[in-house]
Amino acid sequence: MTETLIKRTAVHATFCIERTLDASPARVFKAFADPKAKAIWFGGEETWTRGDAQMDFRVGGRERNTGKHGDVTYTFDALYWEIIPNERIIYSYEMHLNGQKISVSQTTIELAPEGKRTKLTFTEQGVFLDGFDDPKLRENGTKELMDALEASLKAAV
Amino acid sequence: MSGLQQSTSAPLDLMFQALADPARRGMVERLTLGPASVSELAAPHAMSLSAVVQHLRVLEDSGLVRSQKVGRVRTCQIQPGGLSLAEQWINDRRTTWERRLDRLAQYLADHPDDDGVTP
Repeated sequence: MTETLIKRTAVHATFCIERTLDASPARVFKAFADPKAKAIWFGGEETWTRGDAQMDFRVGGRERNTGKHGDVTYTFDALYWEIIPNERIIYSYEMHLNGQKISVSQTTIELAPEGKRTKLTFTEQGVFLDGFDDPKLRENGTKELMDALEASLKAAV
Repeated sequence: MSGLQQSTSAPLDLMFQALADPARRGMVERLTLGPASVSELAAPHAMSLSAVVQHLRVLEDSGLVRSQKVGRVRTCQIQPGGLSLAEQWINDRRTTWERRLDRLAQYLADHPDDDGVTP
């Protein structure tokens, strides 16, 4: 438990990325569905490792990954809600940062053929919780900033 | 405000300068209660709208406040660390996925023989 009271906040956000990929919807779908294929492109500059559960790519299946970025550990815990081969994937997931739940999101991946190519639409809708009440990140929090400014202003008078 | 100010302390300088003015402090105090339009910010200070807009610009440059014009109304809100952290996180998520999709495109280019038929 943290010593300070956690300020409960919920910030909602949506973002959408569209890409046209030079491959058929079936090939793009397989890159999401095949754990071996996904492992190649999903991880990146962060070192993502498969967590304690398997990637269970079916409706109702879970996927869990752990990523380390410096001394920060992220865990990604997803549940697949809809899988329509070559057309649509929907999953929800929660994200923990150093053990603290920081977001709950829903992701929709839509695939549509465009000639021989595929238009991929990635939409994420999320709620971001409690100002990510990580002690390190909290240093930048609203209250601290305002307190510091207030103190500086008082000192300057 | 010379070039010497463009050091690492510049953001803090801008913040202090922004808050050195009582009218601007009043605007920040008002915005800590919630978002407000420019005219709502002007009302308690008996200021002209153009004066408020000028003050707003100083506050925005300092990073303390941000505003967004929706239709004909410019809504201002505080830019606290907490919110910017959320925005930073969202931007990070977007960037992460932009890069992932770059790698997906590369993966697809590297595996042209994969017919996509899932066994």
